[in-house]
This record gives sequence, C-alpha cells and structure tokens, in this order.
Amino acid sequence: MDLAEKVKSISGEDVLSCYQCGLCSGSCPVRFAMDLSPTQVIRLVQIRNIEKIFEANTFWICSTCFACYARCPREINITKIMEALRQIRLRRDQDKISVNEIPKEELKILPPIALVSNFRKTTA
Amino acid sequence: MVKIPYYPGCAVQTTARNYSISGIAVAKKLGIELVELPKWNCCGVFPSLATDDLMRHLAPIRNLIHVQEMNENGIVQNENRIITFCSMCYHTLKEVNLFLKDAEKMEKINAFLEREKEFVGGVKEGYRGGVEALDFLEVLRDMVGYDRIAKEVKKPLKGLKVTPYYGCLVLRPREIGIDDPENPTVLEDILEALGAEAIDNPNRTQCCGSYHTVDRKDIVAKLTYDNLIYPIRNGAEVIVTCCPLCTFNLDHRQKEAIKLHRDLKETPVMYYTQLMAVAFGLDKQFWGVDLGLHYVDPKPLLEAKNLY
Amino acid sequence: MTEVDREKKEKVRIYIMGREYKVPAGLTIMKAMEYAGYRFVRSSGCRGGFCGACATIYRVKGDYKLRMALACQETVADGMYISQIPFTPAEKPIYNLEELSPSANVFLEYYPEIAKCVSCNTCTKACPQDLEVMDYVQAALRGDLQEVASLSFDCITCGLCATRCPAEIVPYNIALLARRLYGKYVMPKAKHVEERIKEIESGKFNEELQKLMQTSVDNLKGIYEKREIEPE
Ligand code: SF4
Ligand code: SF4
Ligand code: SF4
Ligand code: SF4
Ligand code: FES
Repeated sequence: MDLAEKVKSISGEDVLSCYQCGLCSGSCPVRFAMDLSPTQVIRLVQIRNIEKIFEANTFWICSTCFACYARCPREINITKIMEALRQIRLRRDQDKISVNEIPKEELKILPPIALVSNFRKTTA
Repeated sequence: MVKIPYYPGCAVQTTARNYSISGIAVAKKLGIELVELPKWNCCGVFPSLATDDLMRHLAPIRNLIHVQEMNENGIVQNENRIITFCSMCYHTLKEVNLFLKDAEKMEKINAFLEREKEFVGGVKEGYRGGVEALDFLEVLRDMVGYDRIAKEVKKPLKGLKVTPYYGCLVLRPREIGIDDPENPTVLEDILEALGAEAIDNPNRTQCCGSYHTVDRKDIVAKLTYDNLIYPIRNGAEVIVTCCPLCTFNLDHRQKEAIKLHRDLKETPVMYYTQLMAVAFGLDKQFWGVDLGLHYVDPKPLLEAKNLY
Repeated sequence: MTEVDREKKEKVRIYIMGREYKVPAGLTIMKAMEYAGYRFVRSSGCRGGFCGACATIYRVKGDYKLRMALACQETVADGMYISQIPFTPAEKPIYNLEELSPSANVFLEYYPEIAKCVSCNTCTKACPQDLEVMDYVQAALRGDLQEVASLSFDCITCGLCATRCPAEIVPYNIALLARRLYGKYVMPKAKHVEERIKEIESGKFNEELQKLMQTSVDNLKGIYEKREIEPE
C-alpha cells in the first residue's frame, strides 16, 4: 500500500480539510525539539510526501498529549496521525530506542507506566 | 459504606504508593470502600491509537471483564463502575469503551477471548460492555461533593499555597476528559474545600513530557521548568498532581531542570489525596510522605505550616 | 486378530518435521520419535515431565491451532505434525543475589522488556504446566515478588511461553529471579536445614561417609534398596 494511504488507514483520519492555520504547532509542548512542526507534517501528509516526514524526528518527539487535537478548528486528530507514522516504522521493526541501553539507575526509579508507555510508542 | 470496584494499576503499587495509600484512606473517610479487583493486569497505559490494532486493547478489556466477574461472584452488587487514581489508567480504561462502540471490533475481541475458556488462566467470559471507568476526581466532584469534603476537614490548610497541575490524559481528548480541557477546575475546587490557597499556573494543562522521561530527559527537564516556574515565582509552595507519571517528571526531574535553570527552587510535589489526608487529620501513615517516594521531601513544608 | 494385525490397526500416522511415519498409537511423542528412528541427543532429559527439555509444537490435521506440549508427556494422535524446540535463545542478565534487594522495580531493572507485555495471554495458552504465565509476568511488572514466585512455582523452564510471546519476553527467567529472591529474602529459613548444615560442617557424619566410601558397589546397592523412603 502507498504510504499516504497507510497513514490514512491506520489513523482513520483524513487530513485534507486542514487549512494550515498552525494552531496545532502553537499548542505543541514539544515543538522545540521537533525538526518539522506538526503543521508541516500534516501538509506533507496532504501532498503524500511521507518519505520526507520519515527524515524528521517529529512523530517520535510527539508525546501524545492531544493538545493539537483539542484545538484544531477542523477537528483533525493529529495525535492519531503521529501514531500512524510511528506504527508504520515500528511494524517494520524499526525501533526508536534500545531497551538494553537504559541505565540501571534509571530503571530502579522509573515508574512502570513510564516504561510501558515509552516501549509502546518507541519499540516494535 | 458503598462498595465500588477499584483498579490500582502498576504505578500506585510501586512508585506512587503514596497516592493509593492516601486515596484509599480518604475514600473510606468519605464513605466509599474501594474493592480491589481480585485479579488485574497492567491497563496498557496508553491506548493504541491505530484503528487496526486490537491486541493492545486486550489489556484494559480484561480488567473490565474482571468487574463483570466481581458482580457474578457477589463481591459487589450491581456495580458497573470502576474507580482509578492514575490518570493514565483512567484514560485507557475509559477509551476502550469508545473503541468498542464499533460492534465489529467488539465481536472480534470476544471471539479471540472465547478460546481462553479452554485453558487455565484464561477469562471465562467475553466483555459485555458498559463498565464505566471513573477517575477518583470525578467521584469526589460528582458523588461526594465539595461540601462533604469541606465537612471532613479537621485541619484546614490555611496559608498553604498550592498550585494544581493536571497534565494531559485526565483532560484530553474531550470525549475522555473529566473536565473542561482548557479551563479545568476540579483540583482548584478541592483545594478550596480543604482551605488551601490555589496559585494559578498557566501551564497546568500542558504535557509533562510523559514517556520521554525514559530516553529524552532533556525534553522533560525543559518542560518541568516551564510547568513549574510561573506558579513558583508567584509563591506556590507545593505542586498538587493527579497522575503518577506527571508526578515523577515534576518531582524527580527537578534535579535535571535545576541544572538547566538555576532560578528554579526545589518544590515538593504531592497528590491531591495526600493533601486531603493531611487536611482530614488522618493518621500520618495514610499521608504517604514517609515511604521514601518523594524526590523533594514535603515534610519540612508541612512542619513549617504546623501541619505535620 | 493376531498381534501383528492389532499393531497394524492401532498405528497412527504422524509427521516428524515434515516426514511421514506410522507409529503405534498410545506412545508418547518422544517414544514415537524413537520408534521412528530418531535418537535424542537434545530435547530429552528426565522423561517424566520435570526437566522441561522436551518442548514440542504440533498441529493436528484439520485443526488450525498450534499446540504446545512436552514430548515425554503428550500422546501421539493421528495426523500430528510435530517439531521439537530443543533450545530457546534467551538473554540472561548476570546478577549477584547477595547484592540485589527484593525492591519493587527489581524485575524492571533486569528485564525492562516486561513493560512490553500486552496481556494477550498467549504465554498462558502455551504453558504445558497450566501455569498462569501472563499473571506472573504482570505481577512482576508491579513488583509483586510473592505472587510471581507462587504462580510460577511449577515452571520447568521448557521455554514454550517465550517462543510465543509477541512482546519477546522470556517469562521463565523472570520467574527464576523471583523465586531466587523469594527464597533468599522472604521465605523464613528452615531451622532443620540450618541445623543439619551445621552438623555436616562440624564433621558429625564424616565417619559414616568414610564407611560408605569403602563399601563395595554390590553392598551399596543393597543399602540403597533398603533405604527409608518418605511416605508419599
Ligand atoms: S490545527 Fe488543524 S487545521 Fe490548523 S494546521 Fe493544525 S491540523 Fe491544520
Ligand atoms: S499530540 Fe503530539 S503533536 Fe500534538 S501537540 Fe501533543 S506532542 Fe504535539
Ligand atoms: S511458564 Fe513458560 S517455561 Fe515455564 S513451564 Fe510454562 S511455558 Fe514452560
Ligand atoms: S505472551 Fe507475552 S505479551 Fe502476551 S501476555 Fe504473555 S508475556 Fe504478555
Ligand atoms: S524429558 Fe524432561 S520434561 Fe520431558
């Protein structure tokens, strides 16, 4: 399947109604660490250039906070788009992090929910 | 005493025991007996947002099935609610019912579970739907009421400057959140009932950095600073939270945040249930402040305010 | 019916790693494989369902389910497709029990991947010992040492759960850590064992042992046969 179609089918979201207002990027708490803004990512999905998105770290940096979705005037669930992008990578067994490299001192204190959620988002 | 099924979750059994210990005691004081599910598993923490991912929804569904079983075994009577403290557990348990509105998905999941009847350790029935997940904050607001909370206060938190922090998952998305996602008030209202002074925090609904705390401490440290600095500048002495992951990030990651910005002052982070336990005058063992779980120790503050 | 006829009649058709054999009904998978000419150099040990060496997967004709069993325990059925799993590769972290403490995060420290469990229960389905494997993995995630130790008590480390887990978890190693910690830090020490160890160390049995060492093999056999056996 074409990657853009895959994003659409995994997320269940149609991004064509996005009019590039930028509210999602303005609401994004981790925009500062992203190569491309959420708005740019949505634009790239619109023009079906998913390869370009995969060159950026945006979907890995997204923290699934739903701030963008809560404010999008077109009610696009951008958070789901980010998940679809992560899933496409993870389903090809391309992990973002290496579980073995987490320092022991951190594992001693991290809440289990931090690890469960992180591994769900960053490992296949 | 009304008996309601209770889902603990992994965090409140380990790094956030101070949350459950205080919460269970507070609930009891308010006439609610939280009955722990006889058997439960990790809820999965984050619901999968992929439309085609059924497997990652099994975890919360199992827990909801255990509520059905509790009713059948007479542990609770006609009680289709399940209460949690952790925002992430609440979010996931709540989300799964929305996910299963799609009858086809419900059918597929139950067909998968059907086969478990054959083996030891499998669930003996499918999910019938309709088990309602409640965050304890909702219970306090809608079932108990702020007046009742105020009535239980033995030691008003007079002069204690508290700033509430909500984070994401208890508020967003709207269809799951328990309060107005842009302008929630439930924590402020509870603080008012306890006699504390709420200090405004413009970032109280901003993300804490969540799971990035595992591999991107730098991101979390920056957010911890952003999320704490305004209320602290405005005199906040303690941050009050409702999620064990927010709490970890706001509390433990102050270490890294202070390295980035020297003007951040170490400030204790407590669960609202802990402050309730203090204000209700419950025995200190129910405050959860002596378990070595806080990075910034709240005791000196409580002592200074003549509360300890 | 002659003996030969009966045998012919009561034979079943099985497929060992794809090759067809006719073997007498009623044999265990292990015996059937030996009957077919296989010699076990791996995948066999106690032959009594205790050592977990003989992990086997199979399907039966007409059934889509992949089933797991111990070859020394499961009886062959007509139309079985059989394959052995002599060994399960697993990451084994090194730890020193003396330096560990039974803290809530100890499992996550050595096996952080348990946080990937999706509660699918596939492991439980796979377990030939009928253990509640998912439940002990979940108990490990929340640091409930006692629960892991008790739910996994009958685990024979056959490895079948680990081969099936979509989260790539190795449940039995986690269970081992739990039982070790439980034995060392939680379970009350057995007084009689401690006393006996002291007796041994103080040389109380030296004389008796010396005597045994000088006894001939035949006499030893006699002594063995006449030994006191604990009532079942
Ligand atoms: S907020 Fe919505 S409409 Fe505006 S840019 Fe983002 S996705 Fe497009
Ligand atoms: S959900 Fe992701 S992309 Fe959207 S605002 Fe939050 S971090 Fe940014
Ligand atoms: S728990 Fe796993 S290793 Fe242990 S007996 Fe069961 S399947 Fe085998
Ligand atoms: S098979 Fe793996 S993921 Fe599934 S319940 Fe067992 S341990 Fe968890
Ligand atoms: S040979 Fe030991 S369990 Fe089968």
